[in-house]
Amino acid sequence: MAATNRNLPFRSLTLGYRAQERMIKVFAVLLLTIGAVAIIIPFLFMLSLGLKDAVQIRSDPLSLIPRTPITAEVNGENLPLYEVNLDGTSRQMALLKNAPGKKGVFIDPANPQQTYTLLLADQKALYRIEIHLENFKLALTAQPFGTYFINTMIVTFVGGFGMLLSCTFVAYGFSRFRARWLNVLFLLLLSTIMLPSQVRLIPIYVLFQKIGWINTLLPLIVPAFFANAYDVFMLRQFFMTIPFELDDQAKIDGANSIQTMFYVMLPQARPALIAVAIFHFLYAWNDFYEPLIFLHTQDHWTMAVGLQTFNALYAINTHLIMAASIVMIIPPIVLFFMAQKVFTQGVVFRGFKG
Amino acid sequence: MLKHSRLSLRKRESLTGYLFISPWIAGFLIFTIGPMFASLYYSFTDYDIISPPVWNNFANYKKIFSGIFEALITHDSSKLGDPIFWQSLKVTLTYAIMALPLGLIVGFFLAVLLNQKIPFVNLWRTVYFLPSVIAGVAVALLWGRIFNPKVGLLNPVIEAVLHVKGPGWLADPHWAVPSLVIMGLWGVGGGMIIYLAGLQGVPTDFYDAAKVDGANLYQRFIHITLPMMTPVIFYNLVLGMIGTFQYFTEVYVITNGEGGPVRSTLFYNLYLYQNAFRYNHMGYAATMAWLLFILVLVLTLLVFRSSDVWVYYEGGLKGRE
Repeated sequence: MAATNRNLPFRSLTLGYRAQERMIKVFAVLLLTIGAVAIIIPFLFMLSLGLKDAVQIRSDPLSLIPRTPITAEVNGENLPLYEVNLDGTSRQMALLKNAPGKKGVFIDPANPQQTYTLLLADQKALYRIEIHLENFKLALTAQPFGTYFINTMIVTFVGGFGMLLSCTFVAYGFSRFRARWLNVLFLLLLSTIMLPSQVRLIPIYVLFQKIGWINTLLPLIVPAFFANAYDVFMLRQFFMTIPFELDDQAKIDGANSIQTMFYVMLPQARPALIAVAIFHFLYAWNDFYEPLIFLHTQDHWTMAVGLQTFNALYAINTHLIMAASIVMIIPPIVLFFMAQKVFTQGVVFRGFKG
Repeated sequence: MLKHSRLSLRKRESLTGYLFISPWIAGFLIFTIGPMFASLYYSFTDYDIISPPVWNNFANYKKIFSGIFEALITHDSSKLGDPIFWQSLKVTLTYAIMALPLGLIVGFFLAVLLNQKIPFVNLWRTVYFLPSVIAGVAVALLWGRIFNPKVGLLNPVIEAVLHVKGPGWLADPHWAVPSLVIMGLWGVGGGMIIYLAGLQGVPTDFYDAAKVDGANLYQRFIHITLPMMTPVIFYNLVLGMIGTFQYFTEVYVITNGEGGPVRSTLFYNLYLYQNAFRYNHMGYAATMAWLLFILVLVLTLLVFRSSDVWVYYEGGLKGRE
């Protein structure tokens, strides 16, 4: 087969590749579908838990749709209603009690004198959809989530501003100037990516305690104003792709370095700045470690710490915990869909290659 | 005259450059170098943060390393100075050995699939990346419920399909770490997206040339895609390793900071946290932090050394020699 293939003219060879590629595509889509289902189902599960009440979660855990059995009143009792198959016709009957041999005793609500003993597995229980939107109100008022939200926004946005400002300056410095130690310093900066933060943590905690910053938002905000390796690296890689001629032109026109950075560089670097800002938002919004360490009382907590504590206190109320979790993940998801291109088309990640 | 002004221009340029990067230099001194040395000092002290640190020579290090040989010979962990330290290291390494290769392979494989010209390619990428934007507390709370043996999602399905009793997942000491690995796999899109960017950077002429030469799909993958992607695999491996040693949030949330059941999920970083902020053993925690730093450094250097063998840098110095 391989031998004959080699002798075929060029055209049929390419056709062979096309068939091969089509096969690969079908295979890829098949695998991706399976994977996508595995990715989506936990989301649906979360949503369904957040919309069910405690009874629904316990009695009907597998149903992703929040539903509740339809009942009928028979002799003053509320009994679950079934679609029962009787002599080829289906009728609605209530389940009176279970009987041995996986059977059930059914009763016709319209005619309660007669009972039927039937195999349970053959009958279909009737449900109606019942969602509990009040979970959200209950969950969000059970804890001061308003305060948590404001704290998280302050940390995220003020810190984000500081990060953008400082990282832009530093990245510009690393991409546009010739100086003896800049390359060494840049390597030093990159090496801090590999530094486990724990090795700095305790003295930083001690420092913040000495200046009275523990249990304030400052430890989460102020360090952002001193740039960080990830974001500087990303911005610097992007700045390097912007032609130096633009800088020179601005210099000739009499602009100083800061003006050149703001008026020449930043408009060109918009995609990178947006990407870095988004990544910072996601990081700050989801961060748990530092808020846990630096914030000790409820009025200073962020969403992440508040949600964790809510669970520690009321883990049994799965429906409320999940309702609050849904609220917590909405902002990142909304942002993600708004800025999809940044992620899926890899605008920023280009810098990583090589 | 001309020479003099050029020199001062050059000087001015470097001075401006240093000024621009000065925020980072200041931060590096205040938040990195300074604290690193301070924590090295603390690692030789007893320090409960209330009273000043007291120098105790190598007591913290001795506590960790004492009894290692006896324990290795007798297989009796009670001979160790701090058996819990070694337990936490074991948990972390176990997780790393399972999660790192799995994450690398699955992430890479997904990226290759998502780099094909398939319909709705952006939709697929969105779906796979979605879990990694919500990483953290909410994810841990959700998976805690999914793994619930009674009202969770997994065991009822396992019991219905396979007719066997599902494991206790996070409640079972033997299954707790594998459960966390599965949970981590849900967020594999984060690494995937970096591979994807790498794949998009592989020049298409390479593939065209290979096709003309009659290379089949498998050969193209082995001889073009894989070598061209080794720098990205390397990058993800190094960062993944460092991340694994700092694993914290998920396990803190799921076990309420305990690392249970029976310390089966007591990760290194969690035990460090407990020492520092629960027991106020700041000195001991600093020792743990420095040992972590050294361990990560050694492992990273090993990976870097090995990279000579398996990482291909296009147009790099290696090729020119």
